[in-house]
Amino acid sequence: MNYFPDEVIEHVFDFVTSHKDRNSISLVCKSWFKIERYSRQNVFIGNCYSISPERLLRRFPCFKSLTLKGKPHFADFNLVPHGWGGFVQPWIEALARSRVGLEELRLKRMVVTDEGLELLSRSFVNFKSLVLVSCEGFSTDGLASIASNCRHLRDLDLQENEIDDHRGQWLSCFPETYTSLVTLNFACLEGETNLVALERLVARSPNLRSLKLNRAVPLDALARLMACAPQIVDLGVGSYEDEQDSESCLKLQAAIRKYTSLRSLSGFLEAAPHCLSAFHPVCHNLTSLNLSYAAEIHGSHLIKLIEHCKKLQRLWILDSIGDKGLEVVASTCKELQELRVFPTDLHGGGNTAVTEDGLVAISAGCPKLHSILYFCQQMTNAALITVARNCPNFIRFRLCILEPHKPDHVTSQPLDEGFGAIVQACKNLKRLSVSGLLTDQVFLYIGMFATQLEMLSIAFAGDTDKGMLYVLNGCKKMRKLEIRDSPFGDAALLADVNKYETMRSLWMSSCEVTLGGCKRLARKAPWLNVEIINENDNNRMEENGYEGRQKVDKLYLYRTVVGTRVDAPPFVWIL
Amino acid sequence: MFVEKMDEFVNLKATELRLGLPGTDNVCEQRVSCNSNSNKRALQPDAENEIESSTMKTPPRKAQIVGWPPVRSYRKNSIQTKKNESDGESQGIYVKVSMDGAPYLRKIDLSCYKGYSDLLKALELMFKFSVGEYSERDGYRGSDFVPTYEDKDGDWMLIGDVPWEMFESNCKRLRIMKGSEARCLGSGV
Repeated sequence: MNYFPDEVIEHVFDFVTSHKDRNSISLVCKSWFKIERYSRQNVFIGNCYSISPERLLRRFPCFKSLTLKGKPHFADFNLVPHGWGGFVQPWIEALARSRVGLEELRLKRMVVTDEGLELLSRSFVNFKSLVLVSCEGFSTDGLASIASNCRHLRDLDLQENEIDDHRGQWLSCFPETYTSLVTLNFACLEGETNLVALERLVARSPNLRSLKLNRAVPLDALARLMACAPQIVDLGVGSYEDEQDSESCLKLQAAIRKYTSLRSLSGFLEAAPHCLSAFHPVCHNLTSLNLSYAAEIHGSHLIKLIEHCKKLQRLWILDSIGDKGLEVVASTCKELQELRVFPTDLHGGGNTAVTEDGLVAISAGCPKLHSILYFCQQMTNAALITVARNCPNFIRFRLCILEPHKPDHVTSQPLDEGFGAIVQACKNLKRLSVSGLLTDQVFLYIGMFATQLEMLSIAFAGDTDKGMLYVLNGCKKMRKLEIRDSPFGDAALLADVNKYETMRSLWMSSCEVTLGGCKRLARKAPWLNVEIINENDNNRMEENGYEGRQKVDKLYLYRTVVGTRVDAPPFVWIL
Repeated sequence: MFVEKMDEFVNLKATELRLGLPGTDNVCEQRVSCNSNSNKRALQPDAENEIESSTMKTPPRKAQIVGWPPVRSYRKNSIQTKKNESDGESQGIYVKVSMDGAPYLRKIDLSCYKGYSDLLKALELMFKFSVGEYSERDGYRGSDFVPTYEDKDGDWMLIGDVPWEMFESNCKRLRIMKGSEARCLGSGV
């Protein structure tokens, strides 16, 4: 292979795009390592504390796109206190100082500031794409900097961030000469939107493909926007609250008839019950539908819409659709690959909106299904066994039974056999979330059969340390393990310290691990950051004479090549 | 084994028999933190609570566990906002109930009921009548009385067709119809 000049090898490498593959290539020999590092365009860092920006730049001096993830996954559910970390500022500063021609920045669960966004907007002439998912710490002022300074911006995609909305004029900060917008998603902004600026921006963006509006964009504005951008492929409706026969409604319906390119529909953050019917003409082309925020839409309207969506590949919906609605999905959406059913009642109790029957119907009707997230009130082993038989192709299987420790509601048995059937049948399973009443047995099954499993989420499950040990010993490809409220302790934590070098991270909260156990682990494994998060009396842990046996509230450990981080707040103790 | 962990979050005060109007001293929204003390288990059972078997029917409201169910706060806030907007007052969902032929109306708090059977039993007691058998196809059969409600759109709907939460957020008022008008609606229009 080394008979070829470097440029030829580099050209071959251009066709290898996946991070895993590029990492593998770089391990073949020194010369390939060198060629690969200078030609790597896209860098993915799953844990921003596993490496420093300086080391990143030394290894890859020429990259154009950076993806960074900060807080652990359970931060999504308020388990990580405010101020824990995940600050992007040092990264932006380091990149700005260097000569990297950054074009794309994708951040997930990180803390971003207006100063950071301003620096970003001024430092990279060719900056094209900003994607922020579940981030916080910034305001619309930061967005104004991006709009003002990024001449070549193509994508501004804000997904479920907490943004301080100053109701300013950030949309009018895009210069009049700016026409290269391709993606604009500001659905998560809570404040008023400058509708005039928005309409002018959309009107001068012929390449606009994806537009997702916030709830402050009313129906008449939506109708006008749609009329001047019929090329849109991906639409997020903000607000749709109007009388059925109003003038705006009619204008909208007229605009929709021209929407031959539309493939993805979402939003309906404020929705009148009848609004979906206006979209029936475009349903037959839809491949992606996200109605999971449309809490006011009645199940029957959802069903009427879905009956027209024969090409749907991705569906995110609320459990108000009911089992009957899922049966309609099963008989209509034969191309369905991904389904997410979210709960409308977060407190449990009340009517059972979807049950195991809906899940079974979907598994029977949708042969291409490979990803599911399903919130429900009840489940049975029999149903899960049937699902496993119908759908052996699951890559992601996440089941959340709303009531912790809930057994099979027919037999009162734990759900070990049901989940066991899933892991045994689904040989490509990469991600699994378990729930309901579960003993150590389910973890024995997972360790034995889930050979490809990379991410496992456990809550209120298991009996003894054996459960966790089955998983750690069995799942060779495990990368992220997150556990809460389960009786696993020091014996499991310390059994195989080297295992954690093969994983990205481990989270354990409200389990049985003690401070003494964590300290032993930190001593044995200096390549790990072992963080104890203790929001209440930080000093109590040291003063108390029995500290060795004191239970640790939240443990988060991860491999790193740069040692202890310096930005940890007082309530985080890094051992 | 795990009995002591089972259903600790269930707050039995919600089902306690007490004097007083429904909806007062609503213990529904108690926040129970999992991290009060590193020595404690996840949730301490209330001294007066009995240990319930895990197959117990769920009560109307439970004490909330931090971070459960695993729904992103952004999404939780979105649904919560909708629920609060549709609630008439900050505490409870009070709606008027009228019965054909009765001289005055009553008011009830929908959030105090677990579901339809609970609600209908309460109405039957309040107005001294019975509703007959409900079926999805035929509505209520076997009685002169049919329970209906007015929804947000202003339409009069048969009670029982939609999921309970949907009913709670859409119901503006109740009306117990009687006689020929009731029979028309009750026979599956």
